Amino acid sequence: MTHSPLFQRDREWHPPAYSHDYKTSVARAPRYALLSLENTISDLSGPRFGQTDIGALDNDLLRNYAKDGDPIGERILLHGRVLDENQRPVPNTLVEIWQANAGGRYRHKKDTYLAPVDPNFGGCGRTLTDDQGHYVFRTVKPGAYPWRNWVNNWRPAHIHVSVFGPSFAQRLITQLYFEGDPLIDKCPIVKTIPDPRARDQLIAALDLNATVPLDAIAYRFDIVLRGRRSTFFENRPEGN
Amino acid sequence: MPQALPYLKETASQTAGPYVHIGLAPGDAGFDIYDQELGRDITGPNAKGDAITITGQVFDGTGATVKDILIEIWQANADGIYPGEGPVEEGFRGWGRVIPDFDSGTFSFRTVKPGQSAPDSAPHLNVWLVARGINIGLSTRLYFSDEPGANAQDPVLAMIEQTQRRDTLVATLTGDGHYRFDIRLQGDNETVFFDI
Ligand SMILES: [Fe+3]
Repeated sequence: MTHSPLFQRDREWHPPAYSHDYKTSVARAPRYALLSLENTISDLSGPRFGQTDIGALDNDLLRNYAKDGDPIGERILLHGRVLDENQRPVPNTLVEIWQANAGGRYRHKKDTYLAPVDPNFGGCGRTLTDDQGHYVFRTVKPGAYPWRNWVNNWRPAHIHVSVFGPSFAQRLITQLYFEGDPLIDKCPIVKTIPDPRARDQLIAALDLNATVPLDAIAYRFDIVLRGRRSTFFENRPEGN
Repeated sequence: MPQALPYLKETASQTAGPYVHIGLAPGDAGFDIYDQELGRDITGPNAKGDAITITGQVFDGTGATVKDILIEIWQANADGIYPGEGPVEEGFRGWGRVIPDFDSGTFSFRTVKPGQSAPDSAPHLNVWLVARGINIGLSTRLYFSDEPGANAQDPVLAMIEQTQRRDTLVATLTGDGHYRFDIRLQGDNETVFFDI
């Protein structure tokens, strides 16, 4: 299988490694410049996943950990497409999500926030996109939660999203936020992203056309992975 | 104004945060939810080649261990073939997730030593790191100290201008099939990271 190289990643669009106001990044940010590499087979190839890797309930967070009833909270459908920068759908790719429960508490042995764990909510899901790049999850809307950065920081309601794409160099983890949340503009993690247009791209839109009436409200979130170059003419490097 | 170009912009990265394990390795978060967790076995049962174990730690700029790191590995098989690019052994995925012990920060994983995936390319694992405080996943490579000839020919290692920094990408053979590989996010001996 041959792959064309990917578009260069726009490092001015992504957050820089070092963000003064997101304190944990300060000691975890490399100081030296990244070494820029042309893509090789190591980066253009990538792991493949199939239906045998996942279970039938894996994309239904209302059910995939339910013990004796539904999780508490606002029932939502989260749906969208995975596309590349050429607007082409990315089919059969693995999308994984994780989130806090409706009270803002994670099911994690390191989370000690005083909001209660929900006995019927695990907080993770996964699915493969269909042949048009669509994905859908059913879950509850997560709550905001406090975190130690400044003494009064609150994360806006968010869902963490992990996506693959066919090339390992397209690997991406991000977070989605919810339309209308006043905490978004105050969050030091959101503000690691310098360009307001890039931040807006992380806000899922209320999608009344996709709701299940009298059951679940819907949000739409499209995810864009790096695009691929077209090779119109054979590349003849002239040396550097 | 010229015509608008039809491209979308890549979704911006955000940190994986401290609770990345819930989504990508729930067993490590402390609960059991999926029939099978992905990435727990890089090679499958039928892999050819030399079985190896790699142990190490990730350090921040103060020298402290980064205990909440999540590492993904992507590699070719012993013949140098990446899954999806040619025939590999049944069950060989070439991809895995590595999570250190939360108390010590030490990670350890088993795999097979990859072959050369391109004529000049020395055997290597591709490594991708995410964690709280890492705003966009960090890419690097792991080479092997017992491949000095191949490493000397490798075009990626050769691009590292400060030759002593090349050693940050080379795992040290410490015993039969065992290698040590530490990653330093910042500071003295900072690991070389790539923009690929
Ligand atoms: Fe979070």
